[in-house]
Amino acid sequence: MPRKLVADIAAGRLPAQQLQDNFADVAPPLDRQGALIAAQRCYYCYDAPCIKACPTGIDIPTFIRGIATDNLRGAARVILGANILGGVCARVCPTEILCEGSCVRNGPESAPVQIGALQRHATDWVFDENAALFERGADTGRRVAVVGAGPAGLACAHALARAGHRVSIFDARDKAGGLNEYGIAAYKVPGFAAREVQWLLSIGGIDWHANRALGRDLDLAALRNDHDAVFLGIGLGGVNALGIEGEQLSGVRNAVDFIAQLRQCSDLTQLHVGRRVVVIGGGNTAIDAAIQSRRLGAESATIVYRRGAASMGATGAEQAFAKNEGVTIIEWAQPRRIVGVDGALTAVEFEYTQLDDAGRLTGTGDRMRVQADTLLKAIGQVLVAPAADGDGGLLDIDAGRIVVNERFQTSLPGVWAGGDCVGGNADLTVQAVEDGKRAAASIHETLMRRDARNGGG
Amino acid sequence: MADISCDFVGIRSPNPFWLASAPPTDKAYNVNRAFEAGWGGVVWKTLGFDPPVVNVSSRYGAVQWNGQRVAGLNNIELITDRPLQVNLDEIRQVKRDWPDRALVVSLMVPCDEASWKSILPLVEDTGADAVELNFGCPHGMSERGMGSAVGQVPEYVEQVARWVKQHSRLPCIVKLTPNITDIRHPARGAFKGGADAVSLINTINSITSIDLDLMAPTPTVDGKGTHGGYCGPAVRPIALAMVAEIARDPQTLGKPISAIGGIGTWRDAAEFIALGAGSVQVCTAAMHYGFRIVDDMISGLGEWMDSKGFRRLEDFRGRAIGNVTDWQFLNLNYDIKARIDQDKCIKCGLCHIACEDTAHQAILQQKNGVRHFEVVDAECVGCNLCMHVCPVDSCITMHRVDTKPAANWTTHPNNPLRKVEA
Repeated sequence: MPRKLVADIAAGRLPAQQLQDNFADVAPPLDRQGALIAAQRCYYCYDAPCIKACPTGIDIPTFIRGIATDNLRGAARVILGANILGGVCARVCPTEILCEGSCVRNGPESAPVQIGALQRHATDWVFDENAALFERGADTGRRVAVVGAGPAGLACAHALARAGHRVSIFDARDKAGGLNEYGIAAYKVPGFAAREVQWLLSIGGIDWHANRALGRDLDLAALRNDHDAVFLGIGLGGVNALGIEGEQLSGVRNAVDFIAQLRQCSDLTQLHVGRRVVVIGGGNTAIDAAIQSRRLGAESATIVYRRGAASMGATGAEQAFAKNEGVTIIEWAQPRRIVGVDGALTAVEFEYTQLDDAGRLTGTGDRMRVQADTLLKAIGQVLVAPAADGDGGLLDIDAGRIVVNERFQTSLPGVWAGGDCVGGNADLTVQAVEDGKRAAASIHETLMRRDARNGGG
Repeated sequence: MADISCDFVGIRSPNPFWLASAPPTDKAYNVNRAFEAGWGGVVWKTLGFDPPVVNVSSRYGAVQWNGQRVAGLNNIELITDRPLQVNLDEIRQVKRDWPDRALVVSLMVPCDEASWKSILPLVEDTGADAVELNFGCPHGMSERGMGSAVGQVPEYVEQVARWVKQHSRLPCIVKLTPNITDIRHPARGAFKGGADAVSLINTINSITSIDLDLMAPTPTVDGKGTHGGYCGPAVRPIALAMVAEIARDPQTLGKPISAIGGIGTWRDAAEFIALGAGSVQVCTAAMHYGFRIVDDMISGLGEWMDSKGFRRLEDFRGRAIGNVTDWQFLNLNYDIKARIDQDKCIKCGLCHIACEDTAHQAILQQKNGVRHFEVVDAECVGCNLCMHVCPVDSCITMHRVDTKPAANWTTHPNNPLRKVEA
């Protein structure tokens, strides 16, 4: 492929077969024999540290014992009972800092039990066979609106359906799944997110409404009127801007848009990628964008982060994986200017940074340029808060997140929220699932108490 | 290097490791390979009269435990299914080719004098070193009045041993079945009948598993299964106990024993020799890994003997017998406590939950609100359970704390039958 000096963005940088291989399952599943060997390494700890390390509290030793005794159905029930998105979490969780990180087998001469891979083994068959493990409870007649079909919304909807409530789930996009469908690297979940969602919704009692965005097609006041409860799992719909010169040049785009396009692309040979890609940011989105650029055939992919590696949102394992994929990570540099020719990006100018005596990040004054055809911005997403509702009710927002109490109730009566739109500490799928699950329990408790007070129905 | 050569009732072999009568010793091809590999001797797979028996397809069932394959093995194979003369010819040739190795011939014929009288000269004529009477197999042959059907009746054992000694000059080893309440009785019978030695244990009557799809025992022969003979590592503790019982029985004290039952390493062999065994017989371990395992058995036994200063097998043979005693003679004042090495502890909690749920509530799981496992001496009875369940080698050890002089049940005040000291 001939090189262009400027705006070298092209499709088909790699042969179709190689593209297919590059975006196949990054961690192939364990077969039965491999799973048995892995399961037999579990010590079946009492009050196991791995359970405590899991945000959804999956009883890991119990499900692993199920695998070891050929009780896959029981194992799957343990996992999905605690975490209805246990399938995707098995693929995308940073297990090295959660369950596997706390495994007692970690040591100088011993690796942790492969909990993630075992969880996948125990659950894969469920989605393959669309096996019904959970039943919808007896109809309560109560109606709940779930806004956002990401991990939090799906977990909430499923738990509410199990409890017998009538759930309507709305999402701004045309597919459910949220970041699992649009935002995670393709090779982590090839063809999986949609299958999992289909299985999850098959419990019944959940009406799916695509392309319905809050504020555009949906009105919070109307939702509150029409339902006994509303759950907001709207995630972070906006993207931070760099706010520097040149951001409007062609070749500059949001990493999440690039990833979403890739995830929805049916023919990777038609997907354009820059020859030299620069990614700004330090989270998993930055890592996923850089690696996928390389796997699409980018000659170089450089992540530039304004602080040191230890501060990156991406785990050490993700950083190591990126480096292994030929991604260059430049630390301690912040973007100052985007340089272009004839409206097209040619380079990004950075200033090196350091911490001053007070621990604040400051520029050193030294600058450098990285040549680029594509700049992917991955400096974080922001909440797009719903407008004040018609009745004058206003959702309390603090530090860019919807404020909820310990029962996931917002400041508006009858409105709950969970997932990234409330989350402060961890932008993890597994945390969003836990939020959705706990919010559902809270909603159920409230609705049932109301029923009891009203003498039923 | 220590001398591990072996002289068992006049049967000489360069080492005490014999292959037991079983499929590995079915024919010359296997036995030649075994001798090439270094085995000290073989007991040829059991001969019977023509026409030969017929064996079924699907013969073994195995127990897997937590990933360990063949922790126990069960077979429903009968005695040799080759014509008698073929076996005799091969035995003659093999003994001629390997004069320094032990070649014992296992026999099983109907329980009458004429049968035994007729087969013994044929075996003697091959130049074999000894005969082993198969009174053990719990499956198939027992339905025809042979195998364990004989071994379970001490009087039959004695009678057949007597016939064999009357009609043959060869050393006679009686192979005992463990499928009996008290192993000492058939052993006494064998020696009373004149047997030179006993060998044990033969396989234990067993069903390996039930196939829950076929709803039939394994191994399954066209939808049906039968009980078979169980062997392999899982049966070793049973074999040790039975060998020990015979070794310390006043009526059979010092009598030669060839030990069999789950032996697969030099250490297993040394344990049986410490209980008085003169030779050891191996089958399952060889069937699992091939004849080459004898290399480490020879090397390991010699190295261990060197490290202990034993120059010959006799130097340690039977050394443990005196320490096998009745419960009533154990020192009730002996007291040990578990100690958890906090540097080695990985905090899996297995010691705690084992003790808490099933023992003496002697291991705490927290200290100052932090996960921490520690023994409460006042509650610890020294049962060893925590030490056994701990997955970390040497993390939990037992330490002696008693100060009182030894005293046992025979004089204990709680014993209604105690002996009052004069």
